[in-house]
Amino acid sequence: MADVIYPRLIGARLRSQLSYRASFAMDFVTQVIAQCYELLVILILFTQIHALGGFTKNEVLLMYAFAGTAFGVADLFAGQLDNLPTYIRTGNFDVLLMRPLGTLPQIMCSDIRLRRIGRISGALAVLGYALANVPIGWTPAKVLLVIATPIAGSVIYGAVWVVACSICFWIVDGREFANAVTYGSNAFTSYPINVYSRPLRWFMAFVVPGAFVAYYPSLALLGKQDPLGLPGWVGWTSPLVAALAAGVAGLVWRFAVRHYRGTGS
Amino acid sequence: MLAGMTTNVVFGLLRVAVLAAALKAANGEIAEYDIAATNTYVWIGQGLLGFVLLWGNNELAERVRSGDVVVDLYRPWHLQGALLAEDVGRGGYAFLVRLAPPAVFGMLLFPFQFPAHAYQWPLFLMSAVIALVSSFGIRFLVEISSFWLIDNRGLYGFWNVTSGLLCGLTVPIAFFPEWAREVLWLTPFPAMLQAPIDVFLGHGNVVKLLLYQLFWAAAILAVGHFVLQRAVRKVVVQGG
Repeated sequence: MADVIYPRLIGARLRSQLSYRASFAMDFVTQVIAQCYELLVILILFTQIHALGGFTKNEVLLMYAFAGTAFGVADLFAGQLDNLPTYIRTGNFDVLLMRPLGTLPQIMCSDIRLRRIGRISGALAVLGYALANVPIGWTPAKVLLVIATPIAGSVIYGAVWVVACSICFWIVDGREFANAVTYGSNAFTSYPINVYSRPLRWFMAFVVPGAFVAYYPSLALLGKQDPLGLPGWVGWTSPLVAALAAGVAGLVWRFAVRHYRGTGS
Repeated sequence: MLAGMTTNVVFGLLRVAVLAAALKAANGEIAEYDIAATNTYVWIGQGLLGFVLLWGNNELAERVRSGDVVVDLYRPWHLQGALLAEDVGRGGYAFLVRLAPPAVFGMLLFPFQFPAHAYQWPLFLMSAVIALVSSFGIRFLVEISSFWLIDNRGLYGFWNVTSGLLCGLTVPIAFFPEWAREVLWLTPFPAMLQAPIDVFLGHGNVVKLLLYQLFWAAAILAVGHFVLQRAVRKVVVQGG
């Protein structure tokens, strides 16, 4: 049944968004600008300096672009989880539980925000620019890495989103906590992680596996040594980390949903 | 409240790290900002963000869309004035729970640049309050745009994604290229965040900064008043 329902649901969501063209266009542009925000920050900083944490402007842009693309895709599919507190507070989560479908996919399909493609395309444009302007010794494996990195990254962000939003089952008003982790890790991963202080790096790069979204794959692409001392093959492990993160997220979600109590009515 | 504070602290930590790395690459100082001034900038800025409330909740716009705004309009008050009073009250609370905690966090854990003179403290407070008034004024304008747009979420989103950069939340405006700096200081945006931070740090001429802020606060409120009057004239009350 699920294989028929989800495509239909998604199709309906997409059509409904495209029916207000002007509003959609404005939203789309806003998303492109939102993506350009951090880009401008990087460009402004580089009017004052030549290297950040030992990386040149184009190298930082490469990390930013990987992070941005991955975040945009994750936001497209998992951003809806930001509405979870409303579902829980109003008791509408009961409705999801009553349907014979998974709760998580239902929320994910509840609102595929097509305007997020604005964010993704902004990031992809920078990715193209950065890839053309950094020195990379291309091999078939590296081409594969360029394709796999945003996909693995979006799975990692998606997992982070699920875990962070699961907190709302305990703290109903926990959305801002969750956003500190989700949006925070987007800001975090847009820069080389060796600029951060040790505790912050430890948490945001390895507990939340943000370092595998952009930093390590970029190092592997550039053929650069990690200033933090991890070996070079780490840059190729992002898909594994993504699979692991998704598994953990699935478990956390199950545990969290079991904790849910309807408001009754 | 606690959640908002956490967000401020997390983003503060991220910003401090990136800006500190930039300073390190520039041999310790960029445009009057050394490491202590940068930390101060970030923590005061993160605190002010919740105090001036750069990003509102678009509640008034929703009331315009649903028609509930009629109730607000037929009360015997000046809507803008009443909401401003409400916002100043919110600011009093936010001062304690949003502005003070990140600032204290920064003071205790990072090298911090305290004002060189005692008189800078009251001036900073004054500057912050004027910043709050300007921020309210802009939010009010964005929200009542829905009298014309009906759905103002595009404009609201646009303001939310651009204001951080324009107001000097993420990168000090002093780091911008010269032309951008000059253009920005002609706009009201730095008045909402960068100006009070500058007053705190003692950057620039404090009298000039305050006059600049006062001018824009008054101008924005005046525009808001005028726009509201125009809006009220076109409100049609359905049914009874």
